[in-house]
Amino acid sequence: MTAGNNFSTTVESRVLPSFSRRRKWIQRIGFTGLTLATLVTVTPILLIVIHIFSNGLPAISWEFLFEFPRDGMRSGGIFPAIVGTFWLTLGTAAFSVPLGIGAAIYLSEYATENRWTRAIRIAIINLAGIPSIVYGLFGLGLFVIFLRMGTSILAGSLTLAIMTLPVIISTTEEALRAVPNSFRVVSISLGGTRWQTIRRVVLPQALPGILTGVVLGLERAAGETAPILFTVAAFYLARLPSSIFDATMALPYHLFVISTQVPGMPIQIQYGTAVVLLTFVLLMNITATVIRSWARARRQW
Amino acid sequence: MNAFNSDLNEPSPVPMEVKPRALNASMEIVLTDPKIIVEHLSISYSDGTESLKDIYLAIPKNAITVLFGPAGGGKSTLLRTINRLNDLADVVKVQGHVWLDGVDILSPEIDVIKLRRKVGIVFARPVVLPLTIRQNLTYGLELAGQKDRTIHADAVERSLKAAAIWDEVKDRLDEPAVSLSGGQQQRICLARSLVLEPEVILLDEPTSGLDPISTGKVEASLQTLKENYTIVLVPHSVQQAARVADYAAFFLGGELIEYTIGKQIFTNPLDSRTEDYVEGRFG
Amino acid sequence: MKAGKFKDILITSLIKVCGYSAIIFVGMIFVFLIKEGSPALIRVPLENFLQLRWYPIEDRFGLLPLIGGSLIVTLGAAIFSIPLGIVSAVYIAEVAPRWAREILKPLVEVLGGLPSVMLGFIGILVIVPALRQALNLPTGLTAFTGALILGGMAIPTIVSVAEDALDAVPKTYREAALAMGATRWQTIWKVTLPAAKSGVLTAVMLGVGRAIGETMTVMMVTGNAAVFPTGFGAIFKPVRTMTATIAAEMGEVASGSTHYHVLFLIGIILFLISLTVNLIAASVVFRQRKRTERILS
Ligand SMILES: Nc1ncnc2c1ncn2[C@@H]1O[C@H](COP(=O)(O)OP(=O)(O)OP(=O)(O)O)[C@@H](O)[C@H]1O
Ligand SMILES: [Mg+2]
Repeated sequence: MTAGNNFSTTVESRVLPSFSRRRKWIQRIGFTGLTLATLVTVTPILLIVIHIFSNGLPAISWEFLFEFPRDGMRSGGIFPAIVGTFWLTLGTAAFSVPLGIGAAIYLSEYATENRWTRAIRIAIINLAGIPSIVYGLFGLGLFVIFLRMGTSILAGSLTLAIMTLPVIISTTEEALRAVPNSFRVVSISLGGTRWQTIRRVVLPQALPGILTGVVLGLERAAGETAPILFTVAAFYLARLPSSIFDATMALPYHLFVISTQVPGMPIQIQYGTAVVLLTFVLLMNITATVIRSWARARRQW
Repeated sequence: MNAFNSDLNEPSPVPMEVKPRALNASMEIVLTDPKIIVEHLSISYSDGTESLKDIYLAIPKNAITVLFGPAGGGKSTLLRTINRLNDLADVVKVQGHVWLDGVDILSPEIDVIKLRRKVGIVFARPVVLPLTIRQNLTYGLELAGQKDRTIHADAVERSLKAAAIWDEVKDRLDEPAVSLSGGQQQRICLARSLVLEPEVILLDEPTSGLDPISTGKVEASLQTLKENYTIVLVPHSVQQAARVADYAAFFLGGELIEYTIGKQIFTNPLDSRTEDYVEGRFG
Repeated sequence: MKAGKFKDILITSLIKVCGYSAIIFVGMIFVFLIKEGSPALIRVPLENFLQLRWYPIEDRFGLLPLIGGSLIVTLGAAIFSIPLGIVSAVYIAEVAPRWAREILKPLVEVLGGLPSVMLGFIGILVIVPALRQALNLPTGLTAFTGALILGGMAIPTIVSVAEDALDAVPKTYREAALAMGATRWQTIWKVTLPAAKSGVLTAVMLGVGRAIGETMTVMMVTGNAAVFPTGFGAIFKPVRTMTATIAAEMGEVASGSTHYHVLFLIGIILFLISLTVNLIAASVVFRQRKRTERILS
């Protein structure tokens, strides 16, 4: 547009500069608007986190973290819920991580683009979209009732694992695909089988990406309530679960219970529980972010 | 377990007296004991175009055979067919045979893993694996199940020397291979394929990204290597072709136009198309 | 060598099974929902479902108030999450300086990871009382409250999918527009966004899909009154969604009772809705994922 300035005798020469100045203004106002809208979107996130921490941190104590609830949960700690969420997350990982990574390897390294592969992709997209409460129903119907697992850590973990699967599959596949194809070609040309190539070159290079995906998937599982409502979660248990066939308390369900189901619940206990859950989730989130940037920094390609 | 030197297939069902049925008119050399015979090879990719058209070519032992010609002529395609790396591409049609020591390596019964250990390849772009220099070199041995450290060490030294890079890297074998310069990386790649003691080495424009000094080093080591290996090279320029070729084949649009002794093809080509190309009139 | 081959075949088939597991799971979910939900269709006459009352104790299984509740909350959530989500995605992808991107993206990810009970909890303690005071309502547990929080939950999905779509627009498009004298602002609206249209649409669908399926938050903040929402004012009254109904009542019904089967039937409806949304989203977004890189040559 600067070229227009040179034709000083034509009409445009007087019009163009002001026109372009106006466009600059529009752009400036527009960008400011975008910035403000984005701030509207993200400030509540910060406010929520700050609000929960400032109200809940005073409630945190050794006793709160490591003791059982007392007085109908109105005092004491939330130890069984913490332990339960820990076991559930671990159980979810045990099923969803190998299965999800295997599926991602299949999609990225083995599958050719045909009708079946397309069907798998559609199935994954659908799994990702199924409402969490429907997973709860499914877990109830299949694991709890049909397979007679009862409300148990096993049933809950399996339900959460299937729900987590799409997250793990898609992030892992993305990480695998990011590994340059030339590494595969070189490995094959040196007499590697497909599996050797995957194991020795592709997987190690994709590992940080895979870990990020796994952590983000498990983060979601750890915070979910609806899928565990009918498959594992217990309102109150006087002792810790002793096997995977026991029901357990869990942090998100506990938060739900004490904030809606128990009248006269001291507010600090509610916020304290929220802080613990939030810390759990944020830690996983930070872990994922750290792994990602660490891997990006030391990547050799 | 010395898997990489054993035969690809037990007996040798090969008719060594295989006679080309439709010899290209300009084809001059008929070798008595070739290492590789490409017989009526045609290859099409999924886009439908025939990238190699009825190629007949005999490649001798202990010599550098150069495949040259303008882009898209099918040189890389032929090269990758010799160690079945083209299995990875979406090839839709393969006709004909490629005999290596009397075994048809295109037959489905062939053990491609062993074939690839016997026929090494170096690509245009140096691709070092994201490992240390040493790990890059021993990678092929590890794949073959060779765990003996002393064998590793010997193989590393021998092949680095053969690729003329031993002196430059001998003190930094445990550094990441990416820390080397492009020219060094390419010689690491050459050394890496030598570790497996192949019999044939395929090189696809191995010096295209290198400076003249590195190029000279690679060419010099090829001259030594040919004493023990069969070398098939796609050069990155006609000049390079003329410098190193013992035998040279000119490819144009998927066809083998002319195949003869290197000296002759660059000084006195038979086909006018070869002449045009060699003298820089097209391509 | 034989053993190695065997191992290879074993691993390959294991990996293949993993690959197909997603299809198996979707199939199993459908089968078990049908298995537990279809008896409801036999035991309850169809017109019973079409009435305006949900009162299971009297065997009144009118689904309309629940569907209406889900619709009004989702619609409300969509109305402000879609523009905010897209605008934020545009800002992050096209306008924000690098450092801002590095902060904003993880922050949005944090929002996506916040458990829905946590947002419900904040809703009860902060938003509900604030709304009741500000709007002078008899109760703050309304469809509007639910829509507000659900919208927030849909935003991370919309932002991240839409941002990916914007990122995928080739640089050359933008450069061509800028070279022709367009400002960045014009380029965004006239070139980049239209080019990313299908991806942005997918983002919207997935975000809205997430809102329909959300359970805990709505159960905690919408008041759970199963009345069919009519008129504009309904947004400021309590409603009850399909998801909340299942979550609230499944724990108390006897397995095998009519009520139990009807709750599964609602599950089937939710499943079918998400299936439709995601099939459409999938068909829009399906790009060929071919490796562009050829074998080294
Ligand atoms: N992996 C592939 N998939 C599809 N087509 C291919 C593939 N590799 C090569 N081709 C096609 O086959 C033809 C021959 O290609 P090839 O790479 O063998 O030629 P070349 O002589 O090596 O050329 P260059 O000098 O550019 O390397 C070309 O038309 C090319 O487009
Ligand atoms: Mg080539």
